[in-house]
Amino acid sequence: MTWESVIGIEVHVELSTRSKMFCGCAVEFGAEPNTNTCPVCLGLPGALPVPNRKAIEWIMAIGLALNCEVSERSVFHRKNYFYADLPKGYQISQFDIPVCHDGYLDVTVDGETRRIGIERAHMEEDTGKSTHIGDGGRIHAAESTLLDFNRSGVPLVEVVSRPDIRSAAEARAYAQDLRAVVAELGASDARLEEGSIRFDANVSIRPEGAEGLGTKVEVKNMNSFRSLEKAVDYEIERQITVVEAGGELTQETRHWDEEAGVTHSMRVKEGSSDYRYFTEPDLAPMVMSASWVDEVRVGLPELPAERKARYSDEGLESDLAGVLSASPVEVRDIFDVAVAEGADHRRVANWLVGDVTAWLRRTETDPTKLPLGGKQLAELVEIVDEGVVSSSAAKMVLEGVLQGEGSPREVAKARDLVQISDVSAIEEIVAGVLADNPEAVKSYAAGEQKVVGFLVGQVMRASQGKADPKLVNELLRQKLSS
Amino acid sequence: MPIDIDIAHVARLARLDLTAEELESYKTQLDVILDHATQVQSLEGDPREESAHPLGLVNAFRQDERRPSLDRDEVLSQAPETKDGYFVVPPAMETQ
Ligand SMILES: [Zn+2]
Repeated sequence: MTWESVIGIEVHVELSTRSKMFCGCAVEFGAEPNTNTCPVCLGLPGALPVPNRKAIEWIMAIGLALNCEVSERSVFHRKNYFYADLPKGYQISQFDIPVCHDGYLDVTVDGETRRIGIERAHMEEDTGKSTHIGDGGRIHAAESTLLDFNRSGVPLVEVVSRPDIRSAAEARAYAQDLRAVVAELGASDARLEEGSIRFDANVSIRPEGAEGLGTKVEVKNMNSFRSLEKAVDYEIERQITVVEAGGELTQETRHWDEEAGVTHSMRVKEGSSDYRYFTEPDLAPMVMSASWVDEVRVGLPELPAERKARYSDEGLESDLAGVLSASPVEVRDIFDVAVAEGADHRRVANWLVGDVTAWLRRTETDPTKLPLGGKQLAELVEIVDEGVVSSSAAKMVLEGVLQGEGSPREVAKARDLVQISDVSAIEEIVAGVLADNPEAVKSYAAGEQKVVGFLVGQVMRASQGKADPKLVNELLRQKLSS
Repeated sequence: MPIDIDIAHVARLARLDLTAEELESYKTQLDVILDHATQVQSLEGDPREESAHPLGLVNAFRQDERRPSLDRDEVLSQAPETKDGYFVVPPAMETQ
């Protein structure tokens, strides 16, 4: 039988507000444990939460960027469960009226674009952070648990997709694109390794073409896009193996073990999914007026998908548009300025995603410190067009510009890279090369056209790469044929 | 309309260790409360809106500004066990 996988992704995004969701404690990664806590985020009796307006604006922005509707009215609920990192015994979350609902994200895998529905984006608070110690920190052998409540109450947006994803690769692409949107907005640091964006996958299988949904398994603990893809792939295969062997799947939560490359069943002691939601009586309902929503909408930056579409409209091929669109903002700004200066879109883009990006990587330079301007790049393209430097010499000019040696024209001169376009100068070198290579000249006369390439190379070498190759080619053929 | 509640389940969710007599007694009391809730539910209007807040107050926000947190020694002073600035609790997870 052929199986179809049905996958939904839940994404948790920690917002990069200055203060927490319901109190004034600092949101700060890496602070000393339990130094950013107060009666509200420690769940001390009598403490009252007051929601952070900025967090509500961020979730509206995330929702709008994901093509969601913003609810006119929304309320907070208490989600009740017992766990040591949840000091109140409940998490303030949202149940039936989330801030945002019914959106989508278009995701492209291997050239095929599919629309992944987004059911909702709701506002909640993060829990404290548990560290399980004993036996190398492995969760199932822990002897005790350390708790840090600095993260308790950090504003958290949960984005829930519809079960529209059909492969592990698509799950990964969805997660990556969603991360790019959130990062573009500036709503979150969106760092996987710091846990400021986290992905859980709901995976089930069904016979190809079937309508219903199979038994759903939630997979957690993936801390990179790669592990998300691997975990989903593993889980799909595991489910198929169980079902084809005549077994039954259990609805459960499984924990991805990165080292072993497998998922384990994860049980919370005396756990229950009976959360007994009820409206949070300590918090007033929220009303998102049309004018407030518009205010947020107007403030949205150009999003990755829009930008990619714009680059395509400007004449870049899809791949180039995609890579440039995913480049750091400093690199894209150079593109916009260079193009405004009149430089060719494709050539500017190729410089940026090619040599410039390679240089950033090689020198481990932060893009914010990229010593290149749009005007300079436009000038580089211009001097190649004018024949001042050859394309290969242009790479060395760029290197000089990036090392702060001056403008492209200045570097070309200073590094002695200006192309020789003077006919008599090149003729002289050509004559010398022909005199030194009588064998090649004979072969050409005997009809061997390909020796021209060899001779061009000799001339270029003799000119230290500075001769205009087009002119060299022309003059060589003239001389050989005469 | 009577609602049949699994009182033992409710007790388990609340981490209450109750005797059989207590379970029976609380079940009777909860039945009365739920019966009252059923009457409230029969009222017209969207209970989600009506019951969300008694004062008709909306958008009671604060600005995104930091305020001083508590001193950590004070935060940890009531904890039965601490280590290097952390609270220490028994392990809570099990995997198979
Ligand atoms: Zn606090």
